Amino acid sequence: MSQLHDWLGVFLATIRDVLPIVGILFGFQVLVLRQPLPNLRRALTGFFYVFLGMALFLEGLEQALFPLGKLMAHQLTAPEFIFEGELARAANPAWTRYFWVYCFAALIGFSTTIAEPSLIAVAMKAEEVSGGAVSVWGLRVAVALGVAFGIALGTLRIITGTPLEYYIIAGYVVVVIQTMFAPRIIVPLAYDSGGVTTSTVTVPLVTALGLGLASTVPGRSPMLDGFGLIAFASLFPIIAVMGYAQLSQWRVRRQRAKPDEKGQQPGREE
Amino acid sequence: MPKQLSSFWNVLKESLRDLAPILLVIAFFQFVVVKAPIPDLGSLIVGTLLVVMGLTLFVRGLELGLFPIGEAMAYAFARKGSLFWLLLFAFALGFATTIAEPALIAVADEAAQVAAEGKLIADGEAARAGYALGLRVTVAVSVGFAILIGVLRIVKGWPLHYLIIAGYLGVLVMTPFAPREIIGIAYDSGGVTTSTITVPLVTALGVGLAMSIKGRNPMVDGFGLIAFASLTPIIFVMAYGMII
Repeated sequence: MSQLHDWLGVFLATIRDVLPIVGILFGFQVLVLRQPLPNLRRALTGFFYVFLGMALFLEGLEQALFPLGKLMAHQLTAPEFIFEGELARAANPAWTRYFWVYCFAALIGFSTTIAEPSLIAVAMKAEEVSGGAVSVWGLRVAVALGVAFGIALGTLRIITGTPLEYYIIAGYVVVVIQTMFAPRIIVPLAYDSGGVTTSTVTVPLVTALGLGLASTVPGRSPMLDGFGLIAFASLFPIIAVMGYAQLSQWRVRRQRAKPDEKGQQPGREE
Repeated sequence: MPKQLSSFWNVLKESLRDLAPILLVIAFFQFVVVKAPIPDLGSLIVGTLLVVMGLTLFVRGLELGLFPIGEAMAYAFARKGSLFWLLLFAFALGFATTIAEPALIAVADEAAQVAAEGKLIADGEAARAGYALGLRVTVAVSVGFAILIGVLRIVKGWPLHYLIIAGYLGVLVMTPFAPREIIGIAYDSGGVTTSTITVPLVTALGVGLAMSIKGRNPMVDGFGLIAFASLTPIIFVMAYGMII
């Protein structure tokens, strides 16, 4: 019975999320554009799939992954785990003590990003628009690596207690420098990928990790230090995607330059 | 319809592959690091099946519904040629999809807690609720504004990076003057605003607009709307923290 109640709750919550969007689309379509949508039935079926898919997805996450992931975040950050059996807990423990926390942060960042539905959507669109130059998997892996690094660094920041602004500002300086040198075509996509990484799957798990750490590391306050991991997860994918594009550009250039050096005709290899 | 079914099966296989990394990570940490059995194996399996089904349906729905709707509306607005209605639509889409976002509601409530503890506002039920609501409206307005500016940029063909870099310079300048308690929340709010249904719609809208306006490249001009939606909330939330 309570199971059924939960289901109903999730469905109602999804309807509430989707309703304003449907209202605006419908309102503008009928009142402003005054044109019938092409393939209306197909589109409505698609909308229904999206709605049902979101509801199942969220319910599944609530039931399976979130409780376990959150529990794990608490277990890994618990002092009993960090200082196995040692009675004397240092007032200011060395940051190297938290080895498993960094591993967990990076791996959970990577794996939740791979499953993030909005990133899948953007990657599908990018592959279509770029005619295959940007591949769905290339983009997703680049973004996921960025998130993994970002969240691991974010946990290090919480543990060492250094100010958030310094990291974020340094990161954006790197972004500005990369923007000047990266292929122009990738820049908007890279900027977008910063925003799409953190939604349904990543945010709850990462927030649990941040708050768990900030409440157990001596001298940190969950209120002041618990936030900020999402900011890391939105910043580093930008760097990773531009870096990926720069790397592929550099490899293409080197491949083009090589045959010339050997005095061969360009284009004979491969 | 065997074709329909086989494409469904393909998407299902992809969803399984998308979720495999999470399961591997959780299994590894549970058995190797924490060294504990999985507490509730039954509900873990059921939940995972639900997630796989949900992701499969979602991806099919994107192709059938959200992408075509976003693009069709972009073409229709381009044909209509009225910038006013297009911009109004952009603002409304950004505002309405953000104000009800559950992640934002959660962050706003936590922010009110932080503000009360930091003595920025009076500690009381009413003061906290008012602060949280104000924050939500602020973020929703900022996302509406972001989509509006982003669409205007596509129409005018302004280069994205100047606008974004200027925006982050604004963040840089504002950070030292904002109350310390609000900085983390402001930086985070940039990431939580873009929901799973907004992103495909907005992306299809941007790409559709860039394709239907002469002289725009869908790759260079079509993307970038999400980037604005992650930037403006940081600025608006810090401003909110400074004013309140």
